[in-house]
Amino acid sequence: MSAAGVAESLLALSQQEELEDLPKDYPLSPSEDEGDIDGERKHQKLLEAISSLDGKNRWKLAERSEASLKVSEFNVTSEGSGEKLVLSDLLGPVKTSSSLAAVKKQLNRVKSKKTVELPLNKEEVERARTPLEQEVFNLLHKNKQPVTDPLLTPVEKASLKAMSLEEAKMRRAELQRARALQSYYEARARREKKIKSKKYRKVLKKGKAKKALKEFEKLQKENPTAALEELEKIEKARMMERMSLKHQNSGKWAKSKAIMAKYDLEARQAMQEQLARNKELTQKLQAASESEEEEGDVEEEGELLVPDAVNEIQMDADGPNPWMLRNHSSGTKEAKIQDPEQLPEPVAHETPESEEEERPGAEEEILLNEFKERRSLRKKAKLNQDTKPVSGQEPKDSSSQEVLSELRALSQKLNKENQSGKQKVSSARTVRAVQREDPTEEEEEPLLLQRPERAQTVEDLEELGKEGCFQNKEVPRSVLEGQQLERNPNNHPGAPKEKKKKEQMIDLQNLLTTKSPSVKSLAVPMTIEELEDEEERDQKRMIKEAFAGDDVIRDFLKEKREAVEASKPKDVDLTLPGWGEWGGVGLKPSAKKRRRFLIKTPEGPPRKDKNLPNVIINEKRNVHAAAHQVRVLPYPFTHHQQFERTIQTPIGSTWNTQRAFQKLTTPKVVTKPGHIIKPIKAEDVGYRSSSRSDLSVVQRNPKQLTVRHKKQLKKNSVD
Amino acid sequence: METFPKPSRDVPPKKNRLQAKKKKPRRYWEEETTLTAAGASPGPPGNKKRNRELRHQRPKNTNNPKKSRFSRKPQLPKKPRERRNPGPQRSLSGAQDPFPGPAPVPVEVAQKFCRIDKSKKLPHSKSKTRTRLEVAEAEEQEISIKAARSELLLAEEPGFLEGEDGEDTAKIRQVDIVEAVDIASAAKHFDLNLRQFGPYRLNYSRTGRHLAFGGRRGHVATLDWVTKRLMCEINVMEAVRDIRFLHSEALFAVAQNRWLHIYDNQGIELHCIRRCDRVMRLEFLPFHFLLATASETGFLTYLDVSVGKIVAALNARAGRLDVMTKNPYNAVIHLGHSNGTVSLWSPAMKEPLAKILCHRGGVRAVAVDSTGTYMATSGLDHQLKIFDLRGTFQPLSARTLPQGAGHLVFSQRGLLAAGMGDVVNIWAGQGKASLPSLEQPYLTHRLSGHVHGLHFCPFEDVLGVGHTGGITSMLVPGAAEPNFDGLESNPYRSQKQRQEWEVKALLEKVPAELICLDPRALAEVDVISLEQEKKERIERLGYDPEAKAPFQPKPKQKGRSSTASLVKRKRKVMDEEHRDKVRQSLEQQPQKQEKKAKPTRARPSALDRFLR
Repeated sequence: MSAAGVAESLLALSQQEELEDLPKDYPLSPSEDEGDIDGERKHQKLLEAISSLDGKNRWKLAERSEASLKVSEFNVTSEGSGEKLVLSDLLGPVKTSSSLAAVKKQLNRVKSKKTVELPLNKEEVERARTPLEQEVFNLLHKNKQPVTDPLLTPVEKASLKAMSLEEAKMRRAELQRARALQSYYEARARREKKIKSKKYRKVLKKGKAKKALKEFEKLQKENPTAALEELEKIEKARMMERMSLKHQNSGKWAKSKAIMAKYDLEARQAMQEQLARNKELTQKLQAASESEEEEGDVEEEGELLVPDAVNEIQMDADGPNPWMLRNHSSGTKEAKIQDPEQLPEPVAHETPESEEEERPGAEEEILLNEFKERRSLRKKAKLNQDTKPVSGQEPKDSSSQEVLSELRALSQKLNKENQSGKQKVSSARTVRAVQREDPTEEEEEPLLLQRPERAQTVEDLEELGKEGCFQNKEVPRSVLEGQQLERNPNNHPGAPKEKKKKEQMIDLQNLLTTKSPSVKSLAVPMTIEELEDEEERDQKRMIKEAFAGDDVIRDFLKEKREAVEASKPKDVDLTLPGWGEWGGVGLKPSAKKRRRFLIKTPEGPPRKDKNLPNVIINEKRNVHAAAHQVRVLPYPFTHHQQFERTIQTPIGSTWNTQRAFQKLTTPKVVTKPGHIIKPIKAEDVGYRSSSRSDLSVVQRNPKQLTVRHKKQLKKNSVD
Repeated sequence: METFPKPSRDVPPKKNRLQAKKKKPRRYWEEETTLTAAGASPGPPGNKKRNRELRHQRPKNTNNPKKSRFSRKPQLPKKPRERRNPGPQRSLSGAQDPFPGPAPVPVEVAQKFCRIDKSKKLPHSKSKTRTRLEVAEAEEQEISIKAARSELLLAEEPGFLEGEDGEDTAKIRQVDIVEAVDIASAAKHFDLNLRQFGPYRLNYSRTGRHLAFGGRRGHVATLDWVTKRLMCEINVMEAVRDIRFLHSEALFAVAQNRWLHIYDNQGIELHCIRRCDRVMRLEFLPFHFLLATASETGFLTYLDVSVGKIVAALNARAGRLDVMTKNPYNAVIHLGHSNGTVSLWSPAMKEPLAKILCHRGGVRAVAVDSTGTYMATSGLDHQLKIFDLRGTFQPLSARTLPQGAGHLVFSQRGLLAAGMGDVVNIWAGQGKASLPSLEQPYLTHRLSGHVHGLHFCPFEDVLGVGHTGGITSMLVPGAAEPNFDGLESNPYRSQKQRQEWEVKALLEKVPAELICLDPRALAEVDVISLEQEKKERIERLGYDPEAKAPFQPKPKQKGRSSTASLVKRKRKVMDEEHRDKVRQSLEQQPQKQEKKAKPTRARPSALDRFLR
């Protein structure tokens, strides 16, 4: 029995381990699990066999190595843990009396059944008891959700590790910013899209067409092969376009116009225009169907006043491949004609791009200029795009979309090359601001090109923001650069209040570096020539050391800045973090809240050393000295300045002649011992009293006295 | 009894009126005489008689013969006083005084003693206050005139040195000066050849009579250098960094290698102050009885030598302190640091009162002139600069020296001496306490060794130079103040006088915490606590007792005191006040707008909220 008990406990232990392991190795498939435990199982069977030798089938402990559908309620026992050896198991006889066995079992069962505690034990939570629970557990495992500690999933943990809160916040802020910018652009684009003025549209189109023409010409001059390639692609796109039935006069607009055409001249004209276009298209189609080689050349050449023969001859001369020939020969002309033709359409489906590219009007001033530049540049670029993307009219197929994107990329590239001068200014300004050179431009462009559009625009937006920031600093910088940069190596960018500081710095520099005329003394110290003893050498070394690395001025300015900061009155912040919003480690109350509960202290008087760059004056109050100062204004004075004036003359004998000292310090009342001080009289004060009044006083007094005496006498008598 | 001199010309008529109004206060013990003398209040005849009777009785009681004599013939001294204006005064002999009245006082001299700062505008004051102010001003004027008049007593004139038509005074050698001057002065130039005990530091006592010097190798001696009488001579068997007399020549402090020691004039060690260890420099503040020590460990310690207590130990946080000087005007200690700054210290504050960036290299020497106006500094960048200490701390002049000055010192009259290697250069200004012009040295002298200590002797035209070869006493004409204050620092005082002075000085000791940058600030009202108390008082009382009472119209008669008219009058006053306020605010507004206009340049953008 004892052996069996030990075995059981062992089993239980292993079982528990498994259970504990379970959440950890959930990725393992059940089969693998089985394989692992296989040996153990055999061992366990052996043990069972041994234990069954004694004849009686003992109640088996529920042992679970895998999730099973059948879950006995008895499994939820502490015996399963096996850590505790039940005392009765050890003490009891090997053979239990049969009569009591059942009762004992029952008892054991009752004992072993623990009342469910709340919160549930870990094991109890983990164990899947019902099929529903099992399902839930399975789901959790599959999705790698935490079973026991419902805090964070591994994915979340990983993400937490990957990014700190700060970074996340930064990132979020960036994204928010980008989104905001995007929304501005979108709003603007929407607004512009809604403009119904035909004139506006016409002008827009014309402008675009002109620009496109110009650019294409340029391109031809600069890079004919690229232009040709481009043309080829354009041609393809055009074909695609022609296959669609865009200008068949079957649209809503066309129908309505047809009704109106009877009465309205304009409508009629519009209809005619439309028809003309339709004609062109259909003609082209026909031409294509007739002979692919000659295609639309006929009409175009007619317009261009170039005889067919020329082309044909060239074609012949060039070789057998008619496609290639045609491309070579007609490249230039085609482009010229096509551009104006196909300009009208793209407006409609450009929206996604224009949304991104059109700049908002309600932007800060700094950004605004930048945007304008960019916008104009963008527009140029767009026009070039538009020339080919014609094709973009109906980008339904994946293939056609690819073509389109290719085209667009190409056109962008070309554009950029064309206007490299200007475009660089805008796109690479950030880079230039830092490096002041343009070697990176070329590297940047391909990067820009290869990105999908949306991403690119977001990038651009960010860049724009940066540019704005940089611009702010750049202006003052460039102004002062000339003077400062060479002189002042410690001139580091980034400090927000640089401008002010800089003026100071200049002062300080001047102050310390101005060459003062050297003194000519008759007796030049001998030591310089004669005694180059150790002291001198030491001194020289010291001088070198002094000039070597440490920048005295910068240190001093830093110190001063700190002192100024320290002396500033501090604002009182009464924000309670977590009050009315989420709180926790690393979370800060919102800026709005902080602003609301911030009590700003009024600014004190300006510092004494405000305009003295080389001085730090301590503004702290000398409390000990203040204890000796006057802190009460005597009577007739209403303002301390008045009183201060009366106490400015020193009265001590150190500062005065003896006479003056005596006079200043004579007491107001001088008494002399041994002399009676009589009550004051009118004459003493300088009153010119008449003899009468005096007399009357003299006469009255005795009376009063007598009266008083009488009263007192009376009182005494009464007492 | 001396009559107060009445300024005849300088004084405004107002003051005359004031004086005329004022009577000599009548003392109650001499009522009879004054009554008769005053004459202003002719009492009733009966009274006079009674007084006379009293007078007749009094002499019997009084023991004071002077008083009795004075009372017996009161008319004699009074007579000239009563005759105020009538033209030339007559003397007994009948001769006329060719310069009647008190001697005139030059305005500039009197101005020197006027201390009321009239540059500040006063707020409007009531008539009572105004009279008080007028009285104060009149008093000041009177006092300044007296002081100016007593300048006459300063008989001695400063020495000077002038070259013959364009000759450079710097070319004049000490030997020439010694030859030219009288024997007594020539005896003040001497050399002590003390090569054995290394470079010397030296210090003169406050009276300028005694000289203490200490060699680096432990040789310490004090002597009455005028008579060359040696007072004590010891070897402390330890490196001596600095030496300084305390308030009198009876005590001197020596900064030795480890601790600070105090000896008396016999050379007996009185104290060993272990709390001041590794002291590099010593300074003594005579009016505060403070010995300031700057240590190698970076501490500035103030020791009150009158009670033997350390008043303050301040950590300068700037490494080793081996450059120190005092500002004789306000007792602020100046420390020079290796980062080119000079910091100003007071024992009352834990931080420096001010820090001035003076040099690009470390500061080698600092000196402050006796008026506390100029500070001379020299640094490792070979520059010699003179700074203005009156609030701005800006350099006034600067020169590059061929070899930086290692020691600087100002004389009483504002001469600046600099020790550079084995040469001493002296620059002079135009007059007393003026900025020394660094264009041309006033005097130059080459010594037999490297300069290690410089000190101008007070009240003697002598510069003591301690160097590796001993001590040299140079003659520098015009260096010192020619007139001494016999009560304050008397070179000829006896022992008894010295003791008396000591007691008085101790009684007048200035508390250490009063040391501040502007000593005159102590004569100002502590506005902060004044406001505080006012506030507290208002809180305690529940109302402001000094607030102006609201206007209450006076009751009038003949039906003009109707409610309507009362209200109208009230309204009028209120409106008037309101208008005043508006006017004031309008006056202030343009200033504010100017201030505001500048900072609003970059408009806040909507994107600002994404800035982190």
